[in-house]
Amino acid sequence: MAAARRSEVDGVENLLRRRVSLLPVLAVVALLLGGCATSGNPKDPIEGFNRAMFGVNEGLDKVIFKPVATGYDVVLPSPVKTGVANVFGNLDDAVIGVNNLLQGKGKDGFSDFGRVLLNSTVGIFGLFDVATQIGLEKHDEDFGQTFGRWGMGPGAYVYWPVFGSRTVRDSFGMFLDWYADPVVAVVHDVPARNSLIALRFISHRAQFLPADKVIEEAALDKYAYVRDGYLQRRRNVIYDGNPPREKEDF
Amino acid sequence: MKWLLGIIAALCLNAGALAQELAPDVLIKNVTNEVLDIVRKDKEIQSGSTRKAIDLVDAKVLPHFNFTRMTQLAVARDWRQASPEQQKTLTAEFRTLLVRTYSKALTEYKNQTVDFKPFKMQPAETDVKVRTLINQPGAKPIDLDYYLEKQPNGWKVYDIEVGGVSLVTNYRSEFSTQVRQGGIDGLIATLQKKNKTGEATVPKK
Repeated sequence: MAAARRSEVDGVENLLRRRVSLLPVLAVVALLLGGCATSGNPKDPIEGFNRAMFGVNEGLDKVIFKPVATGYDVVLPSPVKTGVANVFGNLDDAVIGVNNLLQGKGKDGFSDFGRVLLNSTVGIFGLFDVATQIGLEKHDEDFGQTFGRWGMGPGAYVYWPVFGSRTVRDSFGMFLDWYADPVVAVVHDVPARNSLIALRFISHRAQFLPADKVIEEAALDKYAYVRDGYLQRRRNVIYDGNPPREKEDF
Repeated sequence: MKWLLGIIAALCLNAGALAQELAPDVLIKNVTNEVLDIVRKDKEIQSGSTRKAIDLVDAKVLPHFNFTRMTQLAVARDWRQASPEQQKTLTAEFRTLLVRTYSKALTEYKNQTVDFKPFKMQPAETDVKVRTLINQPGAKPIDLDYYLEKQPNGWKVYDIEVGGVSLVTNYRSEFSTQVRQGGIDGLIATLQKKNKTGEATVPKK
């Protein structure tokens, strides 16, 4: 049940987070548009631009991403979908391990590498997540979190076309995530690489189909709901699930 | 026969008192298991009957929630400028919204399992966090944490966090924007409008 409540934070917005060649251009556009569109939320100074991009993504999702993900979800048997998700998850674990080391969490980092080793061999190229079954917990790390851990503040909220919710800090993180992405680094054949990236995107999107309906039910203003959820979520993951309670002044 | 009825009545009362004094982690575990058992057997809820899910949530889950506290946390500093009457209306509308959301989530239940994390508390504590983990095949498990506060009538949930996102405080900036634009009554009107959409209605308490 709560799985369904999982925020879009991890999902829709993050789907293509590693493909960023447009980033510098968009950063300039965001800065230009940002100047003329404010609505008073200090965490979201370029709300006008963000809302416009949110609209673009909602349109793309409705017409392309969601229908394809729904088809994927309906057609494929559950073990196949789990296998696909596991294979990409296994590749992610390598980058997660690097980030854990960069954050000084050696034990977690080596546990992540242990996961990759085990799942790539016993788990047959990552198809089966045997590491979780023997108690090597899966972690969630990326370069944005590493920067946060190092003390960099989040900066303004930015909603990117296709990639979705980020902060300025997480946008830089996304840039590094792209270079560290095993799919990009290992697969040099461009059509094969792009197919894998598309498959990963659809696999992720399909996992968040149930969350859609719940968010629609919950949100008064979907844009604000997704934004605030993303910001809360990022704060939470930087503290590995134990952020200090925010001060309540009322 | 009267003595037998007396004993049964006494046992029932006793059970009621015991239920109220359940430790917070036991309470969460019992309610979760009970609700999921029902959902697993109920084809209507699985096929998306929000109506039925709302009845279930109403009967099993709501008695353990403190909606006034939840609303206060979501409305935050604007709460003080609301009259007692407005506070009551806000609470009723926010309750409806949360119940609908929660029920919708239940209808999306597939085959996730719930782990209850180890729980420790000091006997004197009155504000605790109970942590659970939702496992789903092929995806990273999601943290689902409950914040509970001790009340005269037992432990009451006042916040729920999914993957670190509070279902209550996530409304704060939206609510504060609404209040800035249309006052407390503006926020109430927006909530009422939202609650009128959709197919299912939540019984008012």
